[in-house]
Amino acid sequence: MELVAIFVTAILINNFVLRYFLGICPFLGVSKKIDSAISMGLAVTFVMTITAAVSWVINHWILIPLKLDYLQIVSFILVIASLVQLVEMFIRKISPPLYEALGIYLPLITTNCAIFFLALMASLRDYSFLESVIFGVGSGLGFTLAIILMAAIREQLDLADVPEALKGAGIALIVAGIMALAFLGFSGMIK
Amino acid sequence: MEVLWSVITMGALGFLFSFGLVIAYRKLRVHEDPKIEKVAEILPQANCGACGYAGCRAFAEAVVKGETTPNGCPVGDADVVKQIAETLGVSAAEVVKKVARLHCRGTHEAAKNRGVYIGISTCGAAHLIGGNKQCSYGCLHFGDCARTCPFDAIYMSEEGLPIVIEDKCTACGKCVEACPRNLFELHPVSQGIIVFCRSKDRGPVSRKVCKNACIACGICSRACPEAIVIENNLAIITDYKKIDPEKIPEVEKCPTDSIGRLKKEDEG
Repeated sequence: MELVAIFVTAILINNFVLRYFLGICPFLGVSKKIDSAISMGLAVTFVMTITAAVSWVINHWILIPLKLDYLQIVSFILVIASLVQLVEMFIRKISPPLYEALGIYLPLITTNCAIFFLALMASLRDYSFLESVIFGVGSGLGFTLAIILMAAIREQLDLADVPEALKGAGIALIVAGIMALAFLGFSGMIK
Repeated sequence: MEVLWSVITMGALGFLFSFGLVIAYRKLRVHEDPKIEKVAEILPQANCGACGYAGCRAFAEAVVKGETTPNGCPVGDADVVKQIAETLGVSAAEVVKKVARLHCRGTHEAAKNRGVYIGISTCGAAHLIGGNKQCSYGCLHFGDCARTCPFDAIYMSEEGLPIVIEDKCTACGKCVEACPRNLFELHPVSQGIIVFCRSKDRGPVSRKVCKNACIACGICSRACPEAIVIENNLAIITDYKKIDPEKIPEVEKCPTDSIGRLKKEDEG
């Protein structure tokens, strides 16, 4: 039950993008088309899941026994950077068009604060290994959900009559704000 | 002591991850020919698609694979072609070089005028009203091809015909499109024999309007029947490869000089 609560909370209630405003960069950058938004979401989910697992292992097996907690930040960044490299190689191998579409945002996952926040949060909240992984999957799916919704809205927006001054990033930020308000509605779901 | 531990830990972690990445790189490396990148950099990056490929990068891939030749980019000038050829390790000469050839020998002297043309002096305009020459198939002498050539490889000779400078011609095909009478064709530079006429008039008619017109006498086709036929009052080479070099002198007995090898004055 605890696991389900963590999972649902990560996706809906404490959605990284819409509640904590983390990972806004790819959220706005790659949300012009649903296809690339899905891929970006899945890439982030993958990186988050593996990061959650690996950073837990490093934290609990290496850093805490050696009393090197203060190295958490550096070692988590190491984990994230390596994983992003891996994902980048993988995507480039299996789908060059997707690699082109994701562009600069793919290596930028490295500096995506959402993933770093995930690793730090899992350690702060003292999650067990399983909880960490569930937390990672949930957060990744939450990001994916948010970016896909955003892309769907923005695809419709292309056809809409948007005032000149608000075209592009302006209307996108307004949409993101309204989505964040809507997601606040989930906040009472799990106590 | 603690400093030591932290250094060792971080070093070990870093080593571990980099080792993992090295293995992953070995497995997942994209085997892309580095030449593609180099060729793409040389190209003009206009992504105009005039080469028939989807942008400069696609063209670069095709060139490296050998699907097309370095001179396939109509936008790039002679320098670009040369650089690509160097990158690929073929000298520009090894690539089957093609050049544009004019299929007409109707000089001012040879082809008779129909009247005095005082309109807009372009071939396109002159062609609209039937041209200034009695021959309705031949060169109009206004040099649309020379003006359109992006490489300055064509100039108009004093006799009135465009001369293609072989060294500068990249066979981009602009002149083929520009000529309203379709007198240009791209041929391999080593091509021996060409028909220098496009007139489909009957022999007596074409003889009257131009000294160098094909009169469909059939001397060439009898000399080399496997490669040359007479069709619509015009000698046509059906297969350039089948022409036996020994028969070229026979073919060149053409009474009007409308088939044969290039002459000195045809070359730039």
